[in-house]
Amino acid sequence: MIALDHVTKRYGNTAALDDVSLTLGDVGVTALLGPNGAGKSTLFSVVGRLVQADAGTVTIDGRDVAETPSSDLARTLAVLRQDNHIAARLTVHDLVEFGRFPHSKGRLTVEDRDHIERALDYLDLEPLRDRFLDELSGGQRQRAFVAMILAQDTRYVLLDEPLNNLDLRHMTEIMRLIRQLADEWGKTVIVVLHDINFAARYADRIVALRDGRVVADADVSGFMRPDVLADIYDSPVEVHQIDGKPVALYYE
Amino acid sequence: MTDTALTRTDAPTRTRPRRAWVGALIGVALVVLAVASLFIGVSDVTPASLIAGDADAAFLLVASRVPRTVAVILAGASLAIAGLIMQMMVRNKFVEPSTTGVTEFATLGMLVTIVLWPGMAVVGKMGVATAFGLVGTWVFLRVIRAVPVRQLVLVPLVGVMLGGIVGAVTTFFAYRLDLLQSLGQWSQGSFATVMQGRYEFVWFAAAMVVVAWIAADRFSVIGLGEEFATNLGLNYRRVMAIGTCVIAVITASVLVTAGMIPFLGLVVPNIVSLMVGDNVRRSIPWVAGLGAVFVLACDIIARTVRFPYEIPLSVIVGVIGAGLFLWLLLRKGSRAH
Repeated sequence: MIALDHVTKRYGNTAALDDVSLTLGDVGVTALLGPNGAGKSTLFSVVGRLVQADAGTVTIDGRDVAETPSSDLARTLAVLRQDNHIAARLTVHDLVEFGRFPHSKGRLTVEDRDHIERALDYLDLEPLRDRFLDELSGGQRQRAFVAMILAQDTRYVLLDEPLNNLDLRHMTEIMRLIRQLADEWGKTVIVVLHDINFAARYADRIVALRDGRVVADADVSGFMRPDVLADIYDSPVEVHQIDGKPVALYYE
Repeated sequence: MTDTALTRTDAPTRTRPRRAWVGALIGVALVVLAVASLFIGVSDVTPASLIAGDADAAFLLVASRVPRTVAVILAGASLAIAGLIMQMMVRNKFVEPSTTGVTEFATLGMLVTIVLWPGMAVVGKMGVATAFGLVGTWVFLRVIRAVPVRQLVLVPLVGVMLGGIVGAVTTFFAYRLDLLQSLGQWSQGSFATVMQGRYEFVWFAAAMVVVAWIAADRFSVIGLGEEFATNLGLNYRRVMAIGTCVIAVITASVLVTAGMIPFLGLVVPNIVSLMVGDNVRRSIPWVAGLGAVFVLACDIIARTVRFPYEIPLSVIVGVIGAGLFLWLLLRKGSRAH
């Protein structure tokens, strides 16, 4: 379980996280939603020990993030940020290999290699393994990052807007993959999304943030209601049932 | 199963033979140039004279030619490594100690020792220069935190400006104190004065290459950025601190031995990056080897072009290095566009 206990993080006068208490990781896929500046990325930064909370504690499986050695956490929790800009010329295989760093510290064992091969294989990256990342398309590169996270072999996987800059086909591909991570690999995935409908289709639980506070936290049917959505986004959202699944219409 | 096994071995063979050839070529060039470097000079030292038991030739070889060749190889290899490490730390391909103010800071350190402690032993001078180099690296890293990583060209520009400011301060005081000539000794790199007992400080630089080699994977991970490094459980600040020390010690020890050698740390890692990529564990032997070959070749040119006189090595390195750098910038697919 990832537990936030009265966590506050301020940037200047604005609170990016305002006294948030939240438990994540009880179900396979949790989607984190909310308008821009709601505090989603800050929440990831605090959980992923990139920034220190001003108040409150974050624990992962009962261990305080601020006090647990970073290298230990790296074997429990993997965080993939948005807009991964990698200036270094690395091959797909190099990148996936670095996913094993928390376990291997650079000296790969047979088990490490096994994890790398499985991750490459699972994401169909075998033919691309010796290609440099800057030679890949956006979708391929995102798959390579997911393979790296997979090789890291952690119980918790945090993905910050993994659909950014992807076309429709690759968005669906990544979302299906996230579902599989939970169902087939037994991982607990927490993913920041912008598209309500992707969240409704693929997540088990949806948490919405706004102005640094949790404003909604429910399963899909409890979340996909016009009154809930309108409150979060400050604009009217219709919800229709299409083929028995709720779909939000916010294009008006 | 056989299918995947096949593709696994097939894919690398596409590029590996060529890399192996280039690698072998670098190795052969290193040996040939090193041997040539031993036998080029005003006095006659030839393999024949050595076999004949010429005592003068043997003395010259041990006292001058071998130290010079070793110094050139170590300086070339380590400066190229310093460039590589700095590029990983800054996540920018266009930085190296001499374009980021580090060398200028170290030179300022040298000036300070000349003014305050003129009789100081060389090891003390190197220590002060290293300390100034550390400050210089730290200042640069602090300043560029304000520059977005994606501003590829702005980062080295800031470095060059920083170097310009520090260099101007150094020149001002050197001019006022009538020390410009002593300073010129270091601002123009040359191995002409290298002799037994006067070059051993490059071994400090060589030690830093070993440190870089051991920590190679950590520098690769650092090159992915602070967020990636933290996610992978790496102590980001500690690795940055190790990298800062590596850069400062290499810069200072080469500076006290030979002086400033520009462009090397810029050009060599970039060429290697094109060939084998930026996984530091893979690229470090290439960078070290090519760095050594490059400076050896330039040193031999500097010694022969106006034989029996020498021209400063930094002139040759500057001309060839600047040319290569321009090519790197203007070639198709360069990221500077």
